[in-house]
Amino acid sequence: MILEKYLLAAAQEPTPQAPPLSRRRFVTMSVGGTIGLALVPPAALAPPAARAQNAAAVPPGQKPTEQPSAFVSIARDGTTTVLCNRMDMGQGIETALAMICAEELDADWSRVRTGFGDQRAHYVDPAMGMHLTGGSNSVKNSYTQYRELGARTRAMLLAAASKQLGVPAAQLTTADGVVSGGGRSVGYGELFEAAMKEPVPEKVALKDPKAFKLIGKPTGLKPSRAKSSGRQTYAMDVRLPGMLTAVVVRPPVFNGRFVGFSADEALKVKGVRAVLPVDLDRGGRGLAIVADGYWPAKLGREALKVDWDVSGVEKADTDKLVAQYLELAKKPGTPAPQPHFRADVSALASAAPAVPRKLTAEFVFPYLNHAQMEPLACTVDLQADKCTIHAASQMPGTDAMAAASVLGFKPEQVEIVVQMAGGGFGRRATPTGEWVREAVGVAKALAADGKRAPVKVVWSREDDMKAGYYRPLTVHRAEIGFDEQGKVLAWDHRIVSQSILAGSPFEPFMVQQGVDMTTTEGMREPYAIPMRLTVHHPKVNVPVLWWRSVGSTHTAFVMETLIDEIALATKQDPVAYRMRLMEGAAGARHRAALQLAVDKSGYGTKRLPAGTAFGVAVHESFESVVAYVVEARVVGRGKDARPQLLRVTAGVHCNFCVNPRTVEAQVQGAAMMAVATTLPGHAITLKDGVVQQGNFHEFVPARLPDAPVIDVHVVDSSEPPKGMGEPGLPPLAPAYANALARLTGRRQRELPFRMA
Amino acid sequence: MTTTFTLNGQATTVDADATTPILWALRDHLGLTGTKFGCGMAQCGACTVHVNGTATRSCVTPLSAATGAQVTTIEGLEADRTGRAVIDAWVKHDVAQCGYCQSGQVMSATALLKRVKRPTDAQINEAMAGNVCRCGTYQRIRAAIHEAARALA
Repeated sequence: MILEKYLLAAAQEPTPQAPPLSRRRFVTMSVGGTIGLALVPPAALAPPAARAQNAAAVPPGQKPTEQPSAFVSIARDGTTTVLCNRMDMGQGIETALAMICAEELDADWSRVRTGFGDQRAHYVDPAMGMHLTGGSNSVKNSYTQYRELGARTRAMLLAAASKQLGVPAAQLTTADGVVSGGGRSVGYGELFEAAMKEPVPEKVALKDPKAFKLIGKPTGLKPSRAKSSGRQTYAMDVRLPGMLTAVVVRPPVFNGRFVGFSADEALKVKGVRAVLPVDLDRGGRGLAIVADGYWPAKLGREALKVDWDVSGVEKADTDKLVAQYLELAKKPGTPAPQPHFRADVSALASAAPAVPRKLTAEFVFPYLNHAQMEPLACTVDLQADKCTIHAASQMPGTDAMAAASVLGFKPEQVEIVVQMAGGGFGRRATPTGEWVREAVGVAKALAADGKRAPVKVVWSREDDMKAGYYRPLTVHRAEIGFDEQGKVLAWDHRIVSQSILAGSPFEPFMVQQGVDMTTTEGMREPYAIPMRLTVHHPKVNVPVLWWRSVGSTHTAFVMETLIDEIALATKQDPVAYRMRLMEGAAGARHRAALQLAVDKSGYGTKRLPAGTAFGVAVHESFESVVAYVVEARVVGRGKDARPQLLRVTAGVHCNFCVNPRTVEAQVQGAAMMAVATTLPGHAITLKDGVVQQGNFHEFVPARLPDAPVIDVHVVDSSEPPKGMGEPGLPPLAPAYANALARLTGRRQRELPFRMA
Repeated sequence: MTTTFTLNGQATTVDADATTPILWALRDHLGLTGTKFGCGMAQCGACTVHVNGTATRSCVTPLSAATGAQVTTIEGLEADRTGRAVIDAWVKHDVAQCGYCQSGQVMSATALLKRVKRPTDAQINEAMAGNVCRCGTYQRIRAAIHEAARALA
């Protein structure tokens, strides 16, 4: 996601007197257009002049001088807790932000603990002004914030120590959670209470990065042992006194409604307490089975008889959709707004020799389920005037307001206790707060039924896989004219894909002139080629959402396999060809990443065994660049032929690297998630509106035998750090496809791979 | 009805229908949430426990199968020499990302190392293929299993 870029662009354009329509729409539009819920205007969206005038009018909780006590606490024994203003779904951000803070604080790392912030204003993304974990933004947007938090806390500890020790602050030093000076020492724990009464300095000096002891050093995740020994709890594990468990029966076709049901048999199941009608996301109607535990709830659901009305809703069929999309792609769509997508491609219509070589290619990418290991779960403790929600929320501010709107509460009556997430990949950030709203609806129905108790709504794997949301089904079509030297003369490109953001609060910023930026991100750059890009956004009754690396899940595949094809068609080395196309400042980080991967992999120097080939790809997403050189082969023959990925060498440019251990893990993990997208069976299909896959035997994940050796190398840089949760994913599948093309002479035009 | 078995070395009785999967008896009746719910049909391995020493998918194994058995869950693994070595290796190699599948991964790896002292990559592939990790920690899992095998030798 490239949200911040567009939010900031929007912030720069308005005049103070007349905020543009887009800003007002953001402030007042209802989420999903249905529930009458206004989002808090992101601070970044205030017009610059207004921001300068109203520097004092920063929303409560967001002033730098209010921050330290909201993020850092130090117990008497020196145990230091640093709260993370993001959700952690495995990307290691709670450890990274704690490292950044602890560095400037001079804390004793062995005594640092981590935790999560909540829905309050302190914990918004400081650049976006809203609560959001996504877009690989966390380190990028909170690096300076957490350094300053650490430095402010340290300054306040020094002020308190100065009084206690009777030594001027300038003569005090800090290390490992201890202040020393005048021949005496005192631990942070003994100073913290007094320190928090000291004035909070607005300006603080930050360390010279050369002095870093923690930032930049490979560091294990704080909860590593808890996660390896069953002690880490997740939303699925929340247990409250008197808590009940609910499962929800959702309609077989999206937006269907039940017209009748018989709960008699369900209520006979021992432990089932109630069967309650509930409102679902997007206007659907379903039933909640509330029981003493998950198992009776599941048995109750199986005994329930429901009559559905799906007559008035569109029943999507992926075979037909693919055919329609391919047809649609033959015609130009809505032009992408950026000038570099507006090239003149009329040369393609002219006869040779104006365009000596022509290439036409169509690509198909399926709907994808996030399939995070922990199915969704949300526990709601609804009291008369307060609602506490235990959820792994990527957008707790949005989710809290969604809950408040369901209950008719004020936002401050809702508290979100952010849980560690068992994976996420985008699924836990729905702009409508869909799954949180649904769980709150169950709690509300339960209370209305006279059974006020905390209730945990548990999604089964089938619920999670069949009820949405998905990476959109996407078709690309490219017509490319080039000369014998591989110079691209004209590139006419069309994408057909549902808009993820149309109808969401993000629409005013990220859908520009009718084109969703999350559909086109990753196209063309950094190759300076004359491209015309147009887009079709069909409306289909299938809910779609961002999925780890979003648009780049398909744009990188298309760009990097086509560039590779042109290189080979004109008998050029694919690395040398890319290096030439990426000349200039815009391609500097790409070139460095690719060169590192080439150097470390032995590409061009190492002899591979017969039947094994190299494949290369490089792609920037979320401001980080990853290049892969892979080694692959094909095992078996004919019908039994299947590809095998043997070795992956990554060159990464994420600017300054805060935690190399995590960056390595994120690249290895993202690469594996990309390997999964190549496997037969890694696709969500629909027939007559019904999702055909329900569990891992039908939506096939990557397993340990699928894992190649993945070596990760990071380009040395001192530039401001960027995020790495997503950028490792996009270039893997195209690098693998490029290796297979060398082996088989056949280009992969879809994911998953098709060998016949 | 009640079912009695030995859970992590302690005599334990659960009052639940005998068809209830061991997973839900552990999680909802006994409050042991370290064993995870991932798929409910033995496809992902997140719910792996040991029943009489054998790695078992607790989400499809009824409580009746535990009658009189020795059941070990992730909560009991640190008391076991092999289990402790596996957990230590997992921490040393920073295997976990989100961590949700890792209870099951550690249980499967421990069962493997109790059967095979120095497993090859092929033996690791075979023993661990039933445990899905969507974060993609497989490379570090492989390294950690070799590490634990060395530590136990």
